[in-house]
Amino acid sequence: MGLTGLFLICFLVVHAGINACMWFNDGGKTFTFYAHFMGTNFIVHFIEAGLFAGLLLHIVDGLLLWKQNRDARPVKYAYSNPGANSTWYSRSMGILGSLLLIFLIIHLKDFWGPNRLNQIMTGEERNTFEMMQEEFSNIFVVILYCCACFALFWHLLHGFQSAFQSLGLNNVKYNKVIEVAGTVFAIVVPFIFALMPISMYFKLVH
Amino acid sequence: MKYNLKVWRQKNSKSEGKLVDYTIDSINPDMSFLEMLDVLNDNLVRKGEDPIAFDHDCREGICGMCSLHISGRAHGPQHAATTCQLYMRSFKDGGTIYIEPWRAKSFPVIKDLVTDRSAFDRIIAAGGFVSVNTGQAQDANNLPIEQAHAEKAMDAAACIGCGACVAACPNSAAMLFVSAKISQLALLPQGGPERNIRAINMVNQMDAEGFGNCTNIGACEAECPKEIKLTNIARMNREYLLASLINE
Repeated sequence: MGLTGLFLICFLVVHAGINACMWFNDGGKTFTFYAHFMGTNFIVHFIEAGLFAGLLLHIVDGLLLWKQNRDARPVKYAYSNPGANSTWYSRSMGILGSLLLIFLIIHLKDFWGPNRLNQIMTGEERNTFEMMQEEFSNIFVVILYCCACFALFWHLLHGFQSAFQSLGLNNVKYNKVIEVAGTVFAIVVPFIFALMPISMYFKLVH
Repeated sequence: MKYNLKVWRQKNSKSEGKLVDYTIDSINPDMSFLEMLDVLNDNLVRKGEDPIAFDHDCREGICGMCSLHISGRAHGPQHAATTCQLYMRSFKDGGTIYIEPWRAKSFPVIKDLVTDRSAFDRIIAAGGFVSVNTGQAQDANNLPIEQAHAEKAMDAAACIGCGACVAACPNSAAMLFVSAKISQLALLPQGGPERNIRAINMVNQMDAEGFGNCTNIGACEAECPKEIKLTNIARMNREYLLASLINE
């Protein structure tokens, strides 16, 4: 869980970095340049397959965990007070992850799917910058993407630090660094992602 | 003081249990929680009813025998204390108190509030000991041990094996207990020669007992009467990962 989680965290950095190129405000020139590289490069395609494998592993691992942990307590407490000893989001990683998966399917259907399909059918890429402009002109889509970023924030707030703990990468000397870095990452990355549909909707990107 | 109690009653491991309501009056606020149960049982016996079975032994917070999930908290609401160290003044007069046994597949209920915690014994038997010759008493004094390591080992060894970590964990994971037992030996030179096989055997036994998995929620650390730290779980993960890689 931790290993695949950190792998997916690395992907988020790349994804956020490339998408941030839209803010060059050059009509999507820089953005399209990198999108073209990511969409056509052989090595990137190879890594993309690894990404899907990592995501699948993360999901399967999560489902196995969920099942084993549920089976470990066949009779539930009649009265429990979990808020007294832990945070709600650390206990809700499965639900947050499921929400993110639903979003991810919608997100892939919006961008990755049509683009790849077009590549296979015609050999041509679609203009992803124009796709974004069109997609994010709908306020409901923008709200959906912002909600997903909010779920991602909670998922990362627990997940980032948790990954290090699970892998045994825990040392009194570095714990504080991991904690602060995890919190900053959980705030900054989803915030950058949320700004993209927002700035598209308000035509701040052109 | 007066309390409304909702106590889990279960005849034996095969039968279905249920919460039964009791009312108890004239309780001294300085009575321990177990003494309150003693009074309740005395009342039940006088009425010719079956007394409530619950685990207890030293009543000094050091044996790890008492348990009880009290109003949603393992060992009740008091921080870093076992049920025997919990006093009735912690509860509101006239309030309702839920009393349930530890809930985990690996801790089956024997009767009422008593659970079978022998799964922990089997985990210890799988490797929670030193079987190599560590010499005589004076040899221990001749072994150089860094003070910080000795302190950490002692902190981990404070675990009394009560099972509150399993009871508090939403996943019924036993990793705080197992990691404390692995840590106390891994940090000392006497535990060094067998650390790899110990980590593997104890973790495998823990999994075989059907405990859940740690998802770093941290409820165990918050409820542990001996304040065992989550860093022990990270150490166990490290020990286990490394041992799995190099053990033949």
